[in-house]
Order: sequence, then structure tokens, then C-alpha cells
Amino acid sequence: MELTLWTYEGPPHVGAMRIASSMKDIHYVLHAPQGDTYADLLFTMIERRGQRPPVTYTTFQARDLGGDTAELVKKNIKEAVERFKPKTLLVGESCTAELIQDQPGALAKGMGFDMPIVNLELPAYSKKENWGASETFYQLTRTLLKEKVSSSDKINPLRWRELGRRPKVNILGPSLLGFRCRDDVIEIQRILSEQGIDTNVVAPLGASPDDIERLIDAEINICLYQEIAEASCEWLKRNFGMEYTNTIPIGIKNTIEFIHEVHEKLDLPLTNKEELENKSKLPWYSKSVDSNYLTGKRVFIFGDGTHAIAASKIAKEELGFEVVGLGTYSREMARQVRATAKDLNVEALITNNYLEVEDAMKKAAPELVLGTQMERHSAKRLGIPCSVISTPMHVQDVPARYSPQMGWEGANVIFDDWVHPLMMGLEEHLIDMFKHDFEFVDGHQSHLGHTAANTNKILNSDEKKEKNSKEGIIWTESGRAELTKVPFFVRGKVKTNTEKYAILRGIPEISDETLYDAKAYFG
Amino acid sequence: MSKVEFNKENGPREVFCGLTSIVWLHRRMPDAFFLVVGSRTCAHLIQSAAGVMIFAEPRFGTAILEEKDLAGLADAHEELYRVVNDLIARRPEIKTLFLVGSCPSEVIKLDLATVAEKLNKRFLGQVRFVNYSGSGIETTFTQGEDGALKALIPLMESSNEEKLLLVGTLANNVEDRFKKIFRNLGISNIESFPPRQSTELPKIGKNTKVLLTQPYLSDTVRDLKHRGCEIISAPFPLGIEGSAKWFLAAAKAFKINELKVHEIISPLIKRAKLALDSHKEILKGKRLFLLPESQLEISLARFLHNECEMDLIEVGTPYLNKDLMKEEINLLPDNTKIVEGQHVEKQLDRVRESSPDLVVCGMGLANPLEAEGISTKWSIEMVFSPIHGIDQAADLAGLFSKPLKRNQILTSKTLVTH
Repeated sequence: MELTLWTYEGPPHVGAMRIASSMKDIHYVLHAPQGDTYADLLFTMIERRGQRPPVTYTTFQARDLGGDTAELVKKNIKEAVERFKPKTLLVGESCTAELIQDQPGALAKGMGFDMPIVNLELPAYSKKENWGASETFYQLTRTLLKEKVSSSDKINPLRWRELGRRPKVNILGPSLLGFRCRDDVIEIQRILSEQGIDTNVVAPLGASPDDIERLIDAEINICLYQEIAEASCEWLKRNFGMEYTNTIPIGIKNTIEFIHEVHEKLDLPLTNKEELENKSKLPWYSKSVDSNYLTGKRVFIFGDGTHAIAASKIAKEELGFEVVGLGTYSREMARQVRATAKDLNVEALITNNYLEVEDAMKKAAPELVLGTQMERHSAKRLGIPCSVISTPMHVQDVPARYSPQMGWEGANVIFDDWVHPLMMGLEEHLIDMFKHDFEFVDGHQSHLGHTAANTNKILNSDEKKEKNSKEGIIWTESGRAELTKVPFFVRGKVKTNTEKYAILRGIPEISDETLYDAKAYFG
Repeated sequence: MSKVEFNKENGPREVFCGLTSIVWLHRRMPDAFFLVVGSRTCAHLIQSAAGVMIFAEPRFGTAILEEKDLAGLADAHEELYRVVNDLIARRPEIKTLFLVGSCPSEVIKLDLATVAEKLNKRFLGQVRFVNYSGSGIETTFTQGEDGALKALIPLMESSNEEKLLLVGTLANNVEDRFKKIFRNLGISNIESFPPRQSTELPKIGKNTKVLLTQPYLSDTVRDLKHRGCEIISAPFPLGIEGSAKWFLAAAKAFKINELKVHEIISPLIKRAKLALDSHKEILKGKRLFLLPESQLEISLARFLHNECEMDLIEVGTPYLNKDLMKEEINLLPDNTKIVEGQHVEKQLDRVRESSPDLVVCGMGLANPLEAEGISTKWSIEMVFSPIHGIDQAADLAGLFSKPLKRNQILTSKTLVTH
């Protein structure tokens, strides 16, 4: 049993709903009680979808449990098939139905329908949403293509030459309730097209079962989001020899690397290598004078694996930030996140507990937080600017305007979205100059109207705790006065470091001099 | 009883389960904590329904069952004790802890009553434990509040003091207004259930006169009756008519002269009618279809027809207690079609066939209907907004006139959605 106040991911059947809702001509019969219908609002409210998710909930009640819930399942399947006439039927169960073991998938298969039926077994008590989405997409791909496995030769990624046409690729992974998937797909298709590469199928977003059957018309697969598409890509590689890309094209360097990877896999000569550096404004914006103020900004990153890893690379290599924290709730990608964190000399935080993330954030004392909608809340409480880079998201993370994360335009969007919450360069300079004037409000951040936390309050509440600590360290008047002169966004860090130093040296009272000693000690 | 047409329907539904009521109950009683014993789905449901209302540390959470908890119930009980211990150590300010059953905990027959009993002994004098079920296999949306209140009744001490007990969660400002009006009527001993602090439970007995503020409290009413309380029969205080009759019924129970009631509420009614006029102009003659969700549907239909002159196509309700709703049903126009239960697909077919001007429905259905050119009002807003009482009648009407007003401003009916 795990106490959960808030969760980054929903249950696995919500992942299955993301795949079903992303696609056309599919219907999902979910053996579930009425309350599970809440999941519809994720699509209709957060994504502002104008269609209901294609899901029928069997709506079993307590009084059905003594009777025949299997009959109820069959009745709902029959009605759903007659009404919605899907080309492929997904059948599964949510957490409660898993316990009563009606095996709805097997029931559906015995009903004599012509269409393919995918029996989804998604263990609700051990797995989560992204796993459920990945498994559903994989099972669907497998069901629709398994008959072609033996009859097909392995796909030669160079066959486009013999066929006398442009190379074709599939873009796999984008789905509803993914972060900016809609726009990423447009951006990546545009980039591929410029390079002379055609898109065969985008899936699951916007694809029909017929499109899934056509996947093998392409030479290679673009694995756009590992969380959703890696299992399917791996299966297609094993059974049809289709290679897939590993680079996620978020940020300039990764986009360029991605283009290289695609060209290599297709043996397509890359003729515009030099041009690529200048496709986005990010490199120049990042190099322009004003952005010197960005150099060394402390940034804390938490999100799904794909976006957190990509963000850390952009932050460090393309904006010159210092990454002071990196973590993910995607346990499936923990290994990769740990490796990335190690390169950055930070300890990776792998957790589904948002309070642990908030604690880590507080300790790291960042100047910018990149996270999910929950980190936006936490950062707001701590008075730290934040930009959202990953699901779970809020309705405002599904903007009306074109705002991808991937490719050239994605890099432009990222520059704006990350830098705007911060103080503009000149503004920060002026604030630093005038901060001792009486008009200056402690915690002033920017013209964008962020409400800064009252840092004095944080300090005071910390002090209360400090007095009770067993180390018994006391801040003298002069030490305290000096501490208030430290810019608020690093004050927490300076305080911790000074105390650490005092303990190390056995100094019982912290004066202004101790502060400077500690500063010199830690560099 | 007016000649109302009653129908029952079964099938796939599109409604919340009883766990959802935690979203307003935890705000009403800030010293209580609601611990759902359930699955990740339960946790995800509550946080999704609560939307933006995320606090530093919310006063609700879920003890998520894992595979090993399903293997043996004894171990599951031990695990729950561990989770509760951790929680209380972390949140020492909690005075009452609700153990809330869910679909999975009901199916595996986790005995929360026994767990609560043991915990009560262990934490005697520090925290009180009660249990109820908010599971979707037994309860719909607002019925969760019914379960929570029913669970508190055994903790309420007995008293034969005469008092008026308002039962059902109200917005604090509305509650204050009501108490002021009752005091003006000459009823001075007024208490509310649920109270604003979980530890300040009202005492009840044979001189307690219960006046319901919400229509979804069937089980609570039954148990209050068992404790000797008198239940005042009245429509619910939604709209001017409902509220006025509600005040009159209370006054009658306290043998207060009807003229005095009129004297006090007449100016309020006059003012409210004036405020209602601009909304009525928009709503008059418009055709309304209410999908089932909160059990407020019948009262809303009565208000929107009788006071705003809307035409009722169909009034859905997840559950109908004809006895409790008697006074409301009597006020409905003849031939009103009430449908208890739901087959969401068939009901949506009827929505499309009847081309209503406004549909009251859940959030899962609202945007898809809007995309078809059908105006909607989400029903969940009714349980979060202060809509009760004479003073609030215009605000209540405003919830329904606003989408129609928008239609007059924005011209395109059907849009391509993305």
C-alpha cells in the first residue's frame, strides 16, 4: 500500500484510452464501474476535444456482482460494435474489473465478430499510464501486423533507391495528452520533408487500423516518444527488420543529431549540413549580449524521461545554465535519467512523490524550475520562476498557437518559454544595482507579474526549526544582516552552505565573517 | 402529486462516483482528512475532478492497493495501519480521519469498519476514525456526501434541546445568510451538519428539526430519523420559490406565524425577482435537457421552469427517492419526463433528436456537445458554487443564461474542433 496525495501518472487503462482516443475507427470497451468515466474529461477538458473518447464503460454495479457480469460485458460489446462499427475493437478492464476476472477480451473473441480484437491485459496494481499506452500501442500493432510477419522479407532501409522514390518513414509515439505532440508532428514532418523524406504514417495520433497495417510500407521508424513507441518500434525491428531512431529531436544539437541519424539509417547523403546550424534562432539568441545574464543560472528539471533528459542537454549546452537537479517519474526511463544526471554531477531523483520533488527543489535553490504542472505549483509556492516542459499538464499547456518542443521552431519556443519567466538581462542588472534602495521590494522578479514568496518568512520559519536542531547553531545579528543582503534566490543555498561550514569547523555562532569564510570555502 | 412521467434506464453511464464529493467535503471540514483506500484510478479521479484545487498538501489522499495487498486481507489491514500511522505522524493536526471505501476495496471486501474500530482504540483522544463507501459500484457523485454524513451520525451525542439542524454542505456565506434569516424569524438555536469543524458535531434528539439543504441525503435522513429527529418536509432552497417554501416549512415546524415569514422574506423576494429578470429574458421559452449526475436535477428543473420559464424536455437523475423529492415533484409541471439511471448513448440520441437549447451535463460530455452545436452547462459547477437561497436565485439562473448569452454573441454554431 502506498500513500499517494497526487500522482504524476494515471492508471494503465488511461494510457490505453490515450491510444484509442488518438486514433480513428477504433472503439474500446472497458469493463469498469461508472466512476471510471471521469477519464473522459481529461480529453474533453484538458485537450478541449470536440469528440468523446471512443470508450464504452460496462458500468457494473454492486448488485451485478452476485449475478452475471460476463453477460453485461457481452451486452455492452454487442451494443458498442453495432453503434460505432469500429474497424478494430480494444477490450480491457480497469482496476476493479481486474479483480472479478470476467476476462472480457476472451469473451469478445468468442462473439463471432469479423474485425480484429485486441485483448488488453494491463495490470492496474503494478503498472501506470505510460506503460499502459505503450502496451496498448504495441498490442494493437502486433495484432494488426502479425499475419504479415512470415510472408514479409526483412525491410531493407535502402530499398527506396531501387523503388525510385523518396525514402518513407513512420512517426511513432505522438498521442493525445502527450506534451505538444500535435505540433511536434507538424515540425518533424516539415523537417523530414525538407530533407527529401516522406512521412508514411503518423501513429497513434490520427491513424486508423488501416494505417497501422501500412506501417511496413516505410523504410524506418522515427521513435518520437520512447515512453509510448519504443516497444512497438522494437517489435517492428525484430519482425520486419525496420530500424528506428534513438535521438529525440528536442533542442538544436539533438535535432541536428536526429537528422544525421535518419540520413545514416536511410543511407541518404546529407547535403545541407551547414544550413542546419542556422535554422533556429536559439543559438543566436543564446549568444546575444543580453543572454549573458543566463549563463550559470541554476535550473532544476523534473518531468517524464524524454523531456527531462532533453531539457538538461539544452539547459547545459545550448543556454549555458547550470543543472542543479534532474529527475523523472518515468521509472521505465530511470536508467537513462541516472546516466544523464551522472554526467551533470547531480544525483537523479526517481520518484512519483511530488513532495519529494518539492523538497529536492527547495534544497537545490534553483533560479528556474522546468517541470510538470505540479512543479509549477511547487515553484510558485517557493517563489521560483517555472516553465512547464512535460506532462501531466493543465489546459493552458495545450495552447491555441503553434508551439512545438521539437525541431527548429521547438527550439525557438523553448528559448522563449524558459527565458521569459526569468528576469530580462538588463532588468536583472538594474535590480541588482538598486536593491538597497528603499523602493526595492524583496523578491522582486520581473515585469511578468510573478508573485515571489516572502523570503523573510521562509527564513524565519527555517530559523525556528534551526534553534531546535541538535547542532544548536546560532545566527548572530551581523550574520543575519549579511544573509539578508544575499539575493533572495540563492539565500537558501548560502544559508545551508554556511551552516554546513560552521558544523564542519565547529563554529557555534555564525557572524558576517563566517558567511564570507564559507563563501570562500565552497567557492 | 402532479402527473409526472417516471422512467428508469439502465446501461453505460457517464457520471462521477461518490469519491468526488471529497472535493467539497474536505474544504467544509478543514480539520478532517479523507483517506481513500483504493487504486491509482481513485487517486487520479479525485485529482482530476479537483482540477486546479491543489494545495501544498491536500487533506485527502489515497492508500493505493498494490499487488501484494490483494494476496491476503490480513496483510492489507496491517499495511493500512502502517499508512495511517505515517499519515498521522506527518499531519498531527488531523482530528477526524475518514477511511473511504472504493470499488476495489469493496470487491476484495476490505473491512474498513473493523480497521476504523481498531484505529479508534489506538488513537483514542487524538484522532477519530470513521468509514464509509464512496465506491462507484454503490454511489454516484453526491451520494458520497450522504455516506460521509451517515458515518458521522453515531458520533453525535444526544440532546433533547430544541434546535433547527441544517443538513447538507453549503457554501459558508450562504450558510451565514440562512442563519441570519432564521434568527430574524425567531429561531435562535441553529446548527449545521456537516459542521465547519469535524469535532464540533451537533447534538441531536427528538426535538431536533432537520431541514435539508441538499436533495441527495437519503441515508443520512433515515439515520437521523432513527435518532428521533423530525424531518421537515420541504422543497429545496434553490430559487426564490423553493427557498421561500423552505423557510415557510421551517417556520411552521417552529410554530412561527406565516405572516411573519412573509414580512421578512418579501423584500428579499422582491429584490431577487428584479435581479432574476434579465436572466429570465434569455432563458424564457428555451428548451432544457438535464442529464443525470448530482441529484440536484429535479430542483433545478423546477426552478428553471417555474421561475425562468424554460421548457423541460427531460430531467435525468442518477437516483430518485420519491419520498424525499415529494415536495419538489409536486411543483413540477404536468407531464415532466423524469428518467432515473442512464444509458448514455440512448440518452444522447434523445438529446440530438430533441435539439435542446441547453443541456446540463458532466464535463466529459460538455465540449463534444458544444462541438455539435448544442449549448451546455457543466453540472459540477452546481456543487461548487453558492447557489442556495433567495439572494442567490439570480446567480443560479446566471449559470444557465451565460452559455446562451455567449451564443448570441458568437455566431457560428458548429465548429471544426481540433
